[in-house]
Amino acid sequence: MSNTHRRSKIDLIDGVVELSHGAGGSAMATLISEIFYPAFNNDLLLQQNDQAIFNVDAGRLAFATDSFIVSPLFFPGGNIGSLAVNGTINDIALGGATPLYLSASFILEEGLPLKNLLTIAKTMGTCAHSAGVKIITGDTKVVERGKADGVFITTTGIGVIRNQIVLSANQIAPGDCVILSGEIADHGVAILSKRENLNFETNIISDQAALHELIQLILEVGEDNIRVMRDPTRGGLASALNELAEKSDIGFVINENKIPINHSVAAACEFLGLDPLYVANEGKLIVVVAPAAAADVLGAMRSHSLGRQAEIIGVATEDSRFFVQMVTRIGGRRIIDHLSGELLPRIC
Amino acid sequence: MQYLDEFRYEPLALRLINQIAAETSCHRSYRFMEFCGGHTHALARYGIEDLLPKNIEMIHGPGCPVCVLSAGRIDAAIRLAKQDNIVICAYGDLMRAPGSRGNSLLRARASGADIRMIYSPLDALKIAMDYPDKEIVFFAIGFETTTPPTALAVQIAQRDRIKNFSVFCNHVLTPAAMRHILTESQSLASQRLTIDGIVGPAHVSAVIGCKPYQEIAKNFTKPIVIAGFETLDILQALLMLLRQVNTQRADIENQYDRAVTDQGNYSAIDAMADAFELRESFEWRGIGHLSNSALGLSKKYCTLDSEKRFDMSAVPVLDNPACECGQILRGRKKPQECKLFGNACRPDTPLGACMVSAEGACAAHWAYGRFRDEVRA
Ligand code: SF4
Repeated sequence: MSNTHRRSKIDLIDGVVELSHGAGGSAMATLISEIFYPAFNNDLLLQQNDQAIFNVDAGRLAFATDSFIVSPLFFPGGNIGSLAVNGTINDIALGGATPLYLSASFILEEGLPLKNLLTIAKTMGTCAHSAGVKIITGDTKVVERGKADGVFITTTGIGVIRNQIVLSANQIAPGDCVILSGEIADHGVAILSKRENLNFETNIISDQAALHELIQLILEVGEDNIRVMRDPTRGGLASALNELAEKSDIGFVINENKIPINHSVAAACEFLGLDPLYVANEGKLIVVVAPAAAADVLGAMRSHSLGRQAEIIGVATEDSRFFVQMVTRIGGRRIIDHLSGELLPRIC
Repeated sequence: MQYLDEFRYEPLALRLINQIAAETSCHRSYRFMEFCGGHTHALARYGIEDLLPKNIEMIHGPGCPVCVLSAGRIDAAIRLAKQDNIVICAYGDLMRAPGSRGNSLLRARASGADIRMIYSPLDALKIAMDYPDKEIVFFAIGFETTTPPTALAVQIAQRDRIKNFSVFCNHVLTPAAMRHILTESQSLASQRLTIDGIVGPAHVSAVIGCKPYQEIAKNFTKPIVIAGFETLDILQALLMLLRQVNTQRADIENQYDRAVTDQGNYSAIDAMADAFELRESFEWRGIGHLSNSALGLSKKYCTLDSEKRFDMSAVPVLDNPACECGQILRGRKKPQECKLFGNACRPDTPLGACMVSAEGACAAHWAYGRFRDEVRA
């Protein structure tokens, strides 16, 4: 990395992204060498080829991609960069794979402060590093002011599956237990709390995290008793459970008393007219497991920092209409339905 | 913030449920209307109806402001939004409300209209100040809960001469609708479809107080218990209603006394009296035209009235003739008895008032209660 020793040709304190930074010329080369190379810093990337070439173990591979847009770009507990890295790591890990490599594509809006881009890139580097993953190839485009919201990031990842376990929703059988790894709705509420037009005082931080270690631990303990895992991101716990029910032709009965939720998050949701079951998480895990292994898996999850508050929240049931039902705190019943359309706060 | 848990505390809830069961006479049935959409939603969301004795029937009233807004007025707002230089500001609740032919503010926004979701009319005022070259129209809806903030915005706009701001006023009045429902219920007494008592509004009553209901309870000899929106509030209010019915009383009682007083909130009432005047008649979706049931801007503020500044005439829109909302809002039918329920009419394709907002009777039954229905062939 000879570039880092040269005097920086871009102003990382007051400079902003300009159209020339995406034009393929020297401005772009400088941007890449001053921001992305040092932040992502790894041998494969620094070969500086159009592609990264690597060996993998024989066996199955997991491959996933996701695009990230979030407003605001920076929020309590993370930023768009940490979401982009951890989100794709989680997608790969949910298939039982060990994530290895990521690509990262950036669409930058003209005028984005370079120091913000630098912070985002550094966060991505740190997240990848602590997850043992390398960002080995990427791309940058710049669009005119107003054509994007600061920065959009697409990450694609690859991982290897080192076991024979098959995880799939269609393996769920009535009687299986549903385990949730911790408190819901932190991410969505943390983001909303910083939206320009809301801005309420809270100390709620996003739960965004890479789940691959927790997932590996679960697979070691539960082995082929694990039916499937999901991270309840956009659409929240409710949407993830409905999707599982539909894919597996079963229903679920969930216990409201068992769903972990932080008091301030619950209060914020009440005040915003949102149902926390539909609010996004970025570091939570739903595990569907055969009843025989449920207690062991729960114990293993609670031994990991990301699963301390894990609970068995419900069971899979036979249901020809694939309803997700909830026993409410006072013992009544209701459906947890699909979200219809965008989540809109209620006022009246 | 612990208070949420306090009001949903299970052991207390179970005690109230037992008390309700003990108070219920097995020789008769009880039909109570919860006026507010907030209560309809809470009943369904907390699964309260499951726990009540079978001979207590809850009828879901018209107190959902988005639901009862006529499609013609939504159309008028969308028509205006499509003009250049107009910004429509609306609460999130309203974004999906259907006008005619499946139109909504959300759709109009997707096809380019400048429609912004706001949390307070003061946000709309701020937008007006930020964009002096645009006309900012606040699409005001709601019962007495959301009316005082609109009044305040109107007063500020006048005082600060914010000329590019106006209000499309659709505020409606709780007591008027309650009187209408009870008048109709009386005429049904012979069919045993009468209403035995009303769970009165929470937030609305915090503004207007208990007083406006006194004359209603007396004239119709029906008990009214004002209740908060939490599980324990609702259960306690039902117990109070049962006790009144069983002792042949028809009083106005206040379960929600932590927020509601007899006289209401003076400054809010004064602001409303200053900013608004009664409309002669106003269309309620699913119910029809009701006299003296809604507010328009008062003469003092007529220059801020969108209906005077722009052409906002509402073309009447007929709901699907098979829609049973009128019957449901009067307690004569249940959502699942409508042929369209769950077929053509669902929350993402609402055909009538009761499916429009999560607080409508059909939407609440769809979202929370439909597992109880028989599987349809
Ligand atoms: S289901 Fe739809 S059409 Fe039927 S009564 Fe309800 S709102 Fe009207």
